[in-house]
Amino acid sequence: MTAEGPAAPGTAPDTGAAARRRRPAGPVLPEGPVRASANVCQAAGCLSLGSDRVFEALCEQVTARGLTDVVVRRVGCLGLCAAGPLVSVPEQGRVFDYVAAEGPDGPARVLAAISGGPAAPGSPQGGRVVSEDPFFSRQVKVVLERCGAIDPESLEDYTASGGYEALTRAVTEMSPEEVIAEVVVSGLRGRGGAGYPTGLKWRTVAKSSGSDGRFVVCNADEGDPGAFMDRSVLESCPHQVLEGMAIAGYAVRAERGYVYVRAEYPLAVKRLTNAIRQAEREGFLGREIAGTQFNFTIEARIGAGAFVCGEETALIASIEGGRGAPRPRPPYPAMSGLWGAPTLINNVETMANIPAVVSRGGAWLAGIGTERSKGTKVFALAGAVQNTGLIEVPMGLTLRQIVFDIGGGLAGGRRFKAVQTGGPSGGCIPEDMLDMPVDYESLASAGSIMGSGGMIVMDDKTCMVDVAKFFMDFCREESCGKCLPCRAGTEEMFRLLERISRGEATRLHLAQLESLAGMVRATSLCGLGQGAPNPVFSTLRYFRDEYMAHIDDRVCPAGVCPIAVPAVAGPSKAGGDK
Amino acid sequence: MASTTLATQSAGARAAPSDDKRWRQVDVRMRRLGYRPDGLIEVLHTTQELFGYLDDEALLYVGESLGVPPSKVYGVATFYSYFSLKPQGQHTCVVCTGTACYINGASGLLAALERDLGVKAGQTTSDGRVSVLKARCLGACSMAPAVVVDGEVRGKVGAPELVSLLEEI
Repeated sequence: MTAEGPAAPGTAPDTGAAARRRRPAGPVLPEGPVRASANVCQAAGCLSLGSDRVFEALCEQVTARGLTDVVVRRVGCLGLCAAGPLVSVPEQGRVFDYVAAEGPDGPARVLAAISGGPAAPGSPQGGRVVSEDPFFSRQVKVVLERCGAIDPESLEDYTASGGYEALTRAVTEMSPEEVIAEVVVSGLRGRGGAGYPTGLKWRTVAKSSGSDGRFVVCNADEGDPGAFMDRSVLESCPHQVLEGMAIAGYAVRAERGYVYVRAEYPLAVKRLTNAIRQAEREGFLGREIAGTQFNFTIEARIGAGAFVCGEETALIASIEGGRGAPRPRPPYPAMSGLWGAPTLINNVETMANIPAVVSRGGAWLAGIGTERSKGTKVFALAGAVQNTGLIEVPMGLTLRQIVFDIGGGLAGGRRFKAVQTGGPSGGCIPEDMLDMPVDYESLASAGSIMGSGGMIVMDDKTCMVDVAKFFMDFCREESCGKCLPCRAGTEEMFRLLERISRGEATRLHLAQLESLAGMVRATSLCGLGQGAPNPVFSTLRYFRDEYMAHIDDRVCPAGVCPIAVPAVAGPSKAGGDK
Repeated sequence: MASTTLATQSAGARAAPSDDKRWRQVDVRMRRLGYRPDGLIEVLHTTQELFGYLDDEALLYVGESLGVPPSKVYGVATFYSYFSLKPQGQHTCVVCTGTACYINGASGLLAALERDLGVKAGQTTSDGRVSVLKARCLGACSMAPAVVVDGEVRGKVGAPELVSLLEEI
């Protein structure tokens, strides 16, 4: 797996020089009341479009104009990554898109709006009105409540917005059992994709015999291609995740926690480690938290580019310093995990829900969402959709509302073909199922999965055989090689898909593909192999006609696949020539 | 790794392979981790950051210091795609091939680099100037297709633009 590593040594995608630079002396911090604040997005997307320069230019302008009642802040993800760099002015309920560092689209535009009051509705100069723009107005924020509202590198900002109150309340006023009961009442289910009830998992860990201690692990190894929710949360509000972990530690009586985060996310790693240091310094982590007997420390562990490490037993092997190979379950990590001790593993988004569950109560969260899927879900909306970005919606919203209202429909006036959820273990959902509510059960019944939250919109230029081949290529390269069905099965399925995409397959090959897919699903050791056939199954279920066009007519309807003229039949190079 | 002894000595500080000052930083990292064997991946990260890649000497030194047998060190270093056992070019260009980038034309970028620079993903140009690599997903999906050139993320890149950038770098 070394040949095509995700990043060369020392080339970690550090997002912008600003991440390394010392922050410039802050702008004028208003002495009197604040009239307006300009919150400049400093998440990876906007940073790569130069939002650090926008921040500096705004600071200069505010100082030069002597606007002592305007504060300029660096904040986390504002969500609408497609239209960055973004600046929000919460006092006016507006978000300015495509803000430049200079010129008419520069700081002057934002400051003119601040000084001049509300602009004419619909005027692009005046920015987007949050309450009227469906991208913003249809969202419900629990996990992302503080994303884009506070400085991700400031503990003061976090505590000023009520941060760490839930932890303090949990350890001083509640018993561990009461905390777990609240989580059970909330109905929260694992946001990593499988949807296991969080409260039940916590209870199992708490009840397991932990004479050698217990551990809390936060899974931030967001490996699904097309997903960036965990990155955004860690870049925008790392303390919320740490607070959730500390509450979990108290509830299951663990004293040590790990965050396992991808090396591909250098900015998230930096902000996370910074937050851990701050929380230790202020006594929110470490010994005798909030003056009680509760001790809890958190260590960040950096992954090294292996998708399989998102699987919990592989993740444990990796934290222990070894190859990230999964092992059979049971025993589940809740009973025997890190170094054999009971280990609670939850995803970033699950942990980020916890402070709200404690401070507002489990019943409050249970009031959002559907009967069996409570609360909200964060999605990374990407692909052929206009408003690509980070969104949080109540469970039960329909796919159509997400793609067409929030997402603004397809980019470039193209025609919708499918929406892919769940990454390499998920599936493609066709147009006639767009009115399906988004919840764990509905997505599963449609042959996909909730997954961690990647949502890729595909238009009519996308070939579904090619999509299945893409995911199979991913799985065969990321297979750890421990079990045969996954190691060899994904490889064989990839070859069959390649054959179909080149127009060299017969119906017999298709039958082989289907039977192999069933075998790999049934017999693989871990979720990687068990889920790998899903993209094949779901594209066959809804787009079988495309497969048949490749096989019977030797045509790729979308014009993507390199179908060779039968007489030449020269095998084209894999992967490189679409 | 052929000429190594398999005898695992006890973990702890030992003499660095050379007087290169970077080994001291590796030592500091190992000391902070208490020379625990589970710190292996962390120490390999540090070593690669300092030296650019991991050669046999580095793998042996880290393994011996942490009390991890060479077979296991080699197994870990080759399992994870982030670790590189060979030196890289002066500049690196990582092309994201995640789902969003894929459907927005990442393979066209790789094809252009192969055609115009003569390198496939995982290779370095013959003059040792540019290494081209593939990433699974950089999480920059909203700006697909995305590349990382020398550590800087660039979104919505076109093939001609990328090729001329790498030629001029």
